[in-house]
Amino acid sequence: MSSLSKKGKGQVINRPRLSLITRIRRDIHMNWQLYLLFLPVLAYFIIFKYAPMAGLVISFEDYKAAKGIFGSRWVGMKHFVNFFNDPFLPRILRNTFTIALSTLIFSFPSAIVLALLINELRSRQMSRLVQTISYIPHFISVVVVCGIIRDLVSRTGGVTMLLHGLFGMEVTNMLYEPDFFVPIYIVSDIWSNIGWNSIVYLSALTAIDQELYEAARVDGANKWHQIIHITIPCLIPTIVIMFILKVGKMFDVGYEKIMLLYTPLTYERADVINTYVYRRGFAENVNFSYSTAVGFFNSVVCFVLVFFTNKITRRLGGNSLW
Amino acid sequence: MSSLRKHRERKLIRLPLGERIFYVADTLLMIFLCVLILIPLLHVVAGSFSDGASYMAHSGLLLWPIKPTTAAYQSVIANQNIWTGYRNTLFIVIVGTMLDMLFSLVAAYVLSRKSYMFKKLFNLMVVFSMYFSGGMIPFFLVVKGVGLYKSIWSLILPSLINVFNLVIVRTAMTGVPDSLEESAELDGAGHLTILFRIITPLVLPSVAVVALYYAVSHWNSWFNAMLFIKDRKYYPLQLILREILILSDTDEGFMMSETIQFATIVVATIPILCVYPFIQKYFVKGIMVGAVKG
Repeated sequence: MSSLSKKGKGQVINRPRLSLITRIRRDIHMNWQLYLLFLPVLAYFIIFKYAPMAGLVISFEDYKAAKGIFGSRWVGMKHFVNFFNDPFLPRILRNTFTIALSTLIFSFPSAIVLALLINELRSRQMSRLVQTISYIPHFISVVVVCGIIRDLVSRTGGVTMLLHGLFGMEVTNMLYEPDFFVPIYIVSDIWSNIGWNSIVYLSALTAIDQELYEAARVDGANKWHQIIHITIPCLIPTIVIMFILKVGKMFDVGYEKIMLLYTPLTYERADVINTYVYRRGFAENVNFSYSTAVGFFNSVVCFVLVFFTNKITRRLGGNSLW
Repeated sequence: MSSLRKHRERKLIRLPLGERIFYVADTLLMIFLCVLILIPLLHVVAGSFSDGASYMAHSGLLLWPIKPTTAAYQSVIANQNIWTGYRNTLFIVIVGTMLDMLFSLVAAYVLSRKSYMFKKLFNLMVVFSMYFSGGMIPFFLVVKGVGLYKSIWSLILPSLINVFNLVIVRTAMTGVPDSLEESAELDGAGHLTILFRIITPLVLPSVAVVALYYAVSHWNSWFNAMLFIKDRKYYPLQLILREILILSDTDEGFMMSETIQFATIVVATIPILCVYPFIQKYFVKGIMVGAVKG
């Protein structure tokens, strides 16, 4: 048996160097079934993920549907130059950044805190009940959530009345007030996702060795010490991975939700890169090439952000995505 | 685990005062959170059973219907658009989720195999597409270019694989011991047999959770439908809901009373809420996020 496996290894490693083409041919001959299986998947990725990336080329053209991608006139950096001089640029950058950062500061930690609190509940039934209830909003579609928000913050809505009663806020339709836009967005975002986002942390918490707590208890650590010195350090790797993923999606801020909530009255606070891409692509002053250039800029920024976040976290603690 | 149970079973009263306060405060806080989460939903349900004119005159949160009536539901049930939307959405959710799972399982299987030359390349290709995309307009042009514009398949084929879901399944499959597959291979099982008869049952929690992810995302999606579907006959439920809930606020043409809006929300949300408790036991087991290596 051992001589056989040695021989098997020798065939791969010690053989005189084969040309790449021979090796590929041999590999395909060996694994053709696997490749056949992957073919539809490969086709999917090429058509729906990579072809659009190639389509970014229209941001360097004056794209005309009639002339197609190959027939349209090449204009180089024109759209990018226009974008950097666009009077709306500061506004959409500022709003994207504000909303993304607010999500990162408020929504992101809320799920971690919830997972910790659920984990500390003494009764199993209670813990299951809290989980079941906090997951509900995740299954309510964004269109419906926005429908509910519209009602709650309208002139006679529950939230408006509540704030009026508690803080004497002026009775008004909060959705038409630019300054309320980000708070409404963040609060509803937490409502929708806090439970669902806590799952990943709960599953990391179940993996913690309970002996650690026992040992800490013997050493006289109280609840607080245990949370700080055992639970949270055990959660860090999961937190880091979720954080990097979150940063990657950061500039993609929930534009679908924003589109359902904003009005020209609140563009000042609500218009973000992606909603602008949509409007310039399909709604007003339509220009496919320009819109693509804006989207291209967004994609590049996202990619760079993920890349550097990953680099930094890897340097800091060895946790990274790749 | 047993020590955890022992720890939990210790009488609350025997614990130090600080911990007792902590546990009570924790429980109260969680109850408060649950109430906060449920109040808007209760408001919607109460509103849907209320009398339309009375609701208009009312302001603030509603915890019980005013002049209980089912009038709103009657007009929702009579609304043909909602049923057409329902039919289209069910088609998209069922066919879409099945195809999504088929593609994701096959992709995850191939990506988690050991010995073939292009493994690194394939993984890189898949993971890269998670961090970089062509964006809205090129995507639109591609979908149009392959002839899916105005077709209901535009809501199924372009979103066959979600890379994050794929990575969850792949991580789970990588954890399956090789010996199982090797012995199956010796018995002459092909790739498809190994995938569907041996590996899939072993990673069932992840498969269930990912299937739910896909189903929910099909159920909720409206943006692509807005871009691609022009014929009302093919509108999914969410586009109909958008007209009733969002556009009716601003556009006279879609004007609807609030109680009818609420009843629509209830009718359009109950089905998906009935599904997830059955899969809930898999949630915590099924979502293990490891490093998403390329």
